[in-house]
Amino acid sequence: MNFSVHSFLAFLGFIGYTNLVKDKFINRITSRIEELGKSVMESIDGLGAISLFGARFFYWVRKKPFRVSLVFEQLFFIGNKSLMIILLSGMFTGMVMATQTYFGFKLINVDSLVGVIVALSLSKELAPVLTGLIVAGRAGSAMAAQIGSMKVTEQIDALEVMGINSIQYLAVPRIIASTFALPMLSVVFLFIGNFGSWLVGTKSLMIDESMFFSKLGEFMFVADIAQGVIKAMVFGFIIALIGTYFGFQVEKGAVGVGRGTNLAVVWGMISVLILDYFLTSFLVKIL
Amino acid sequence: MLTFDNPAISLKNVTKKFGDHVILNDLSFDIPRNKITTILGFSGAGKSTLLKHILGIIEPTSGKVFVLGQDLSMLSKVELREFRRNFGMLFQYAALFDSFTAEENVAFPLKEFTKLSEAEIAKKVKDLLLSVGIKEESFKKLPSELSGGMRKRVGLARGLALSPGIMLYDEPTTGLDPITTKMVNELIVETATNHKDREMTSVIISHDVKATLEISDYVAFLDRGKIIEYLPVEEFKKSTNPLVQEFLRL
Repeated sequence: MNFSVHSFLAFLGFIGYTNLVKDKFINRITSRIEELGKSVMESIDGLGAISLFGARFFYWVRKKPFRVSLVFEQLFFIGNKSLMIILLSGMFTGMVMATQTYFGFKLINVDSLVGVIVALSLSKELAPVLTGLIVAGRAGSAMAAQIGSMKVTEQIDALEVMGINSIQYLAVPRIIASTFALPMLSVVFLFIGNFGSWLVGTKSLMIDESMFFSKLGEFMFVADIAQGVIKAMVFGFIIALIGTYFGFQVEKGAVGVGRGTNLAVVWGMISVLILDYFLTSFLVKIL
Repeated sequence: MLTFDNPAISLKNVTKKFGDHVILNDLSFDIPRNKITTILGFSGAGKSTLLKHILGIIEPTSGKVFVLGQDLSMLSKVELREFRRNFGMLFQYAALFDSFTAEENVAFPLKEFTKLSEAEIAKKVKDLLLSVGIKEESFKKLPSELSGGMRKRVGLARGLALSPGIMLYDEPTTGLDPITTKMVNELIVETATNHKDREMTSVIISHDVKATLEISDYVAFLDRGKIIEYLPVEEFKKSTNPLVQEFLRL
């Protein structure tokens, strides 16, 4: 009898415990779903706000005065100051691609195609995408940090009080410069990447040099380079749009500047990768 | 409440709400021309919001703001931007462009809005910087290389570059040591005095009672979005309003 009562109580306790665990589990799942939903809604809000910011860019880009010197200043900042890192990344990307492709292609005796495969990969994908990621990390973050710190130190208010539109003065030159700097950097990446591929392919892996170049001439077209250049332009535009947008959103001092910079890099990089798919789908049909 | 003929700035029944939160509550008052008027108030009283209304940066929920006789609500955004050139402003922390030197900061509005030659701009910049007590050896220094007081002087020179009719000072002495505070006060008075030949209205937003009472012609006290006292400075010192009394004792 005593045993049965204890067993019964233990059973009730077990049921209660399992219900408690079940409730906790359901609560945790529900809160995760809520968090996910909130993130999705915030992302949609963010996309909407960035689109509106883009519309404001297109409004102000047509308005006088055109500050050409500021565009060149930003071209120098984005282009020239990113050059070294692009040269290094391009060179080693080309070298790695050539090495990896060579060992795969050697198995089926098509190692003479290494040069053209690397060149096609670089021109259509790797050069614009990697350049985009590098610029998002370097220049996109810098744009958010510069504008963000100007906002928290009232420098943007000072511009507005003087009657200067801050989007026209700060965002427009950066976005124009980035839209033109990225294709140039991407072409540099492409050439230096191919140089790396040639160096490793012909000097280290002993691919016949005349075959290397003849296959390049046979399978590589201007449209392949154009595809990369168009992508790079779009990436340049979107990276600067995002960088400047998050700069203008900065609030709450240094912490806000850090947060804005972080968001600019994350959104910039993700946008490059997502846009790459849609651009590829579109460009392969028209080029 | 004080009223003036042909005031520099006039607010008529201005209310500003952010959601349900009322920042300015049916505010009506005039700021006279060619005088130094200070708007005092505790933090969160609505001083900065009031300043932004005067500048036309934010629009009132209801009511009207007139500056130099112009109803700001009648101006388009482009006209409003141009109209803002009537204002000069000294920000709380000077808000100098940190990538520009002292002289580039002062030259900036001249390059943007005038057709002066480089030589004329250089001369005007030099005159302005010297007039606020910046020595030539500091002209090429970046804001980060200047002391707080010097930054304020350069900020004032930049604010005066376009010879504004109204000079706004946002908490000009906050965070400064007593000597620099005295210097900034003297500078505000000198600026107002030196421009008496033409029009120079000075509006100071502050919670620094001591500094305010030394230099103002008129003092208004803003509390919870309303002006609860507005008097010439000598009468303000004798105000019987308990909140003003409390503030004066601080």
